[in-house]
Amino acid sequence: MHWLTTILIFLPVAGALVVGALPLPRYWVGSLASLISLVEVGVWITTATKFDFGSASLQFSQRRSWVSDLNISYHVGQYAFSVWLVGVTTVVMAACVIYGWWVGRERARAYFSLMLLLTGAVVGVFTAQDLLLFYAFFEAMLIPLYILIGVWGGAERLRATLTFVIYTVVGSLLMLASIVAYGLQQGTFDLTKIGPSNSTWLFLGFVAAFAIKSPLFPLHGWLPATYRESPPEVSAVLSGIVSKAGLYGLLRIAIPKFPEVVADWRVVLLVLASISLVYGSLLAWRAPDFRGVVMYSSLAQSGLIVLGLLANNDLGLDGAVLQMVNHALMSSALFLLAGMVERRTSTGEFALLGGMARGRPALATVMMTAGIISLAVPLSTSFAGEFLILAGAFQQHWAWAVIGAGAILLAAMYMLRAISAVLHQDVGPAVPDSALDLRGGELAVVVPLVLCLIGLSAYPNLISGHAFGGNRAITQVITPGGGYLTPTIDHAAQRANLTTCTKSGNQGSCQTVLVSAPSGTTTWTRYAP
Amino acid sequence: MINKPHVDWFALSPSLGLIGVSFVLLLVAVLVPKNARKPVAAFLAFAGFVGSCALSVLLYDRSAQAVTAVHDAIFRDRWSALAQVLLAGSGAVAVLISYREKMREEHIAEYYALLTAAGAGMAFFVQASNLMTLFLGLEWFSIALYVLTAIDIDLIGSLEAGLKYLIVGAVGSATLLFGSALVYGTTGQLSFDKIAAAGHGHDVMLVAGLAMVIAGLAFKASAAPFHMWTPDAYQGAPTPVTAFMSSATKIAALVVTYRVLTTAFPHDQRLWSGAIAGIAIASLAWGNIGALVQRNVKRLLAYSSVSHAGFMLIGIAAANALGARALMYYLIPYAAMSLGAFAVVAARERELGVPVTLHNLAGFGWERPVLGISMWVFVLGMLGFPLTGGFFGKFYVFAAAYRHGWWWLIVAGVIATMISAYYYLGIVRAMYFRESAELQLAPAGGAPNRELLLSAGVLICLVVTVGSFFAVQPLIDVARHAANALPL
Repeated sequence: MHWLTTILIFLPVAGALVVGALPLPRYWVGSLASLISLVEVGVWITTATKFDFGSASLQFSQRRSWVSDLNISYHVGQYAFSVWLVGVTTVVMAACVIYGWWVGRERARAYFSLMLLLTGAVVGVFTAQDLLLFYAFFEAMLIPLYILIGVWGGAERLRATLTFVIYTVVGSLLMLASIVAYGLQQGTFDLTKIGPSNSTWLFLGFVAAFAIKSPLFPLHGWLPATYRESPPEVSAVLSGIVSKAGLYGLLRIAIPKFPEVVADWRVVLLVLASISLVYGSLLAWRAPDFRGVVMYSSLAQSGLIVLGLLANNDLGLDGAVLQMVNHALMSSALFLLAGMVERRTSTGEFALLGGMARGRPALATVMMTAGIISLAVPLSTSFAGEFLILAGAFQQHWAWAVIGAGAILLAAMYMLRAISAVLHQDVGPAVPDSALDLRGGELAVVVPLVLCLIGLSAYPNLISGHAFGGNRAITQVITPGGGYLTPTIDHAAQRANLTTCTKSGNQGSCQTVLVSAPSGTTTWTRYAP
Repeated sequence: MINKPHVDWFALSPSLGLIGVSFVLLLVAVLVPKNARKPVAAFLAFAGFVGSCALSVLLYDRSAQAVTAVHDAIFRDRWSALAQVLLAGSGAVAVLISYREKMREEHIAEYYALLTAAGAGMAFFVQASNLMTLFLGLEWFSIALYVLTAIDIDLIGSLEAGLKYLIVGAVGSATLLFGSALVYGTTGQLSFDKIAAAGHGHDVMLVAGLAMVIAGLAFKASAAPFHMWTPDAYQGAPTPVTAFMSSATKIAALVVTYRVLTTAFPHDQRLWSGAIAGIAIASLAWGNIGALVQRNVKRLLAYSSVSHAGFMLIGIAAANALGARALMYYLIPYAAMSLGAFAVVAARERELGVPVTLHNLAGFGWERPVLGISMWVFVLGMLGFPLTGGFFGKFYVFAAAYRHGWWWLIVAGVIATMISAYYYLGIVRAMYFRESAELQLAPAGGAPNRELLLSAGVLICLVVTVGSFFAVQPLIDVARHAANALPL
């Protein structure tokens, strides 16, 4: 039973080795890889059905000592929110692998084994419970991505990979420095045992890595070249899945392990998130091509999710997890659709597109559905996610909610503009009359993603109500004490307002207690008033 | 009647075995018929290195207690025995890489004789326990390497490289000798532990001697600013010799540096710790910035080896048990990555018949998948990515620096790694992202040979590089036992 997490990580890795080593023709390599990625989805479904969402503890965990003199271990396991992120990873990766098979990528053995390696690495990031292991998977994501973009990418791929790699490596090395210092300070690297730290520098090291990956303004400079030059399915993976690794890092490490520093830096981070949200939406609105819209909307969405993560309450956190899953599905579906449009017209420029809806009902329906859901129309799952996030942010301060609500308006503007520029208006010069409607293979890739979105729209509580398990929010994940610190610390008086929140059923209640630190101590009793 | 010291033949066996093989090889050069000379010589050299490796393993096993032997001339301990295992292993792989190298056949046995002699010298050098044996060992392997660098007179630049190496190396040796003389003059002692016991504190002459000893050893470790010979010598030497130099010389020089500093100069620890940290930062800066602009792959790897000297010196600067462990562990994947990378370069060189540049590596990864993936793993390991031992190597030296309280050394190392990403990934880019067809590269002599021995060498390096990531704990344990021999 406890092997399930390990199987989820290493099944695709083993598949990658098999696919890379077997001398099969291209078609068979693709089908084998697709089969493996579908089996991976099946394994995840098994995990999810056996998972006890009522419990807030780590499940399916496995621990083996790795480097004993520094207390590093192979420790994997899943919390409720990890289950959802792993699930969306397997689903999106399966869609992208099948798309690569359908398109018939050159050098199939290398291509598919890299895609499967990437799957294993991302699942590893979402399930690692040891800082060193987390770092190893975090870096391992970069290796396949680098080759996937550099070999199968567009004409400007060399420049794109360079920018992408420089940003990512800088971020992750800052994180490595933080990990070394943090782990040695605490005497362990195990995320479930490591205590909180109040070092600003360590916090910033982690945040730099996660903010680059997410991405968050002003560290999004790698975005345009990378997303435009990657093959569409790799862009889908990047914006759908890999960016979630950064947000997951904030949720699992940066926020819970540095409660005091987060309190000090909360406003700064909220401001950056708001800028990402508004600025990303504006860029998406003015983007000249389809991929531009989707990629800048990803910037906006990660800003929104960070807003939820930093809202510091159950609503925001539940909404953030839901929205991570939503965005993974939406943006990967849209990037794949962008790729499908590009295959027909060899461009994504709005100036050259238009009128593709006529005579292509499947394309029009699928794109319309994905687009409408991603602009957060009421009753859609992304509406539910954004609403929870904004409600959470509102409790922090009403201004954040106002900014967020304004940005949702912008989302409607850019998404409708993109849909209309591709599907409606006059037939663009790059659209040949012979351009086909979506074929069976393409529908098989993108329709399941859209169906997942529709299913979640019917019941978003599946995720938002089951992201943190039991009757407590993330506080349970962070600490057995069941409380977390509000931003108001009075250092001079050595007093702090501690808020403990509990949830029973759907009712939540919070209790704020004023505590004083014993005189002479500098460390606060953070979790138990 | 002269008092003969008791000779611990077993302690000397790794170096004696190799020098014995070297003598036999010299006989092979004249006695074995010409057509059989190459296989016989290569086999003997390989067997010699493997045998020496086995003897070192035995020596490691039987030397739990660190003692001095042969009238205090050498140490018999695990620190040197582990270094000898690595040295002999590097030598064995170097023989595998050398076998198909295009060289004049008439001197092939001498080539292997020199290679084993250099190996023997290094094995002796790492055991040195007084200033005399230190210098003797240094000159022993250096002279063999000078000749090896210049041995291929048909190769343009080889002779020049040998001459440069000779002149700069001689300056380094002279510096070491001068420093030793000053130390001896101050303390009146030759052996390391007696120098420490004499404990003259911050005597100016002793400090000057210490500085010169460090400089002399830094020449051999090719740490900046004493690295000037490295790019030229690495580029000009026949590639298998470069492979051997880059791994074995570095192992010997760094292991001895740590030993000399901790054993002979424990009272001046604050002083040399700072100095080594300075040299480390200089090497990191110079090596990485120099490598950024290189097009020739051997030269690029030479600069990268300077930067790796910097990383390993961080472990020495930390001057704690964790640092010693870090150094020993780091050397294991480093030796494998370095040998492996140069082996792949050698394969490409033989294929094209011209020096390998980033330009003509194009498409190599697709044409030779196994070598391509190996090279990929080696450069990622040098960059310090997970799934290779290079990651834990860097992690451990950073941890050692942190234990010492020098977080700024971590920052320097992190910045250096960021810079290095550009050129290491540049190699991957060159191999995979461009087609060789665009460049119209013509292989030198038809289809390339299937070089089984070279591939075997590369695979050994690959296994060590990746294996040292997963088997960290056993290797760290071995390194810890080795480091226990040092007075830390």
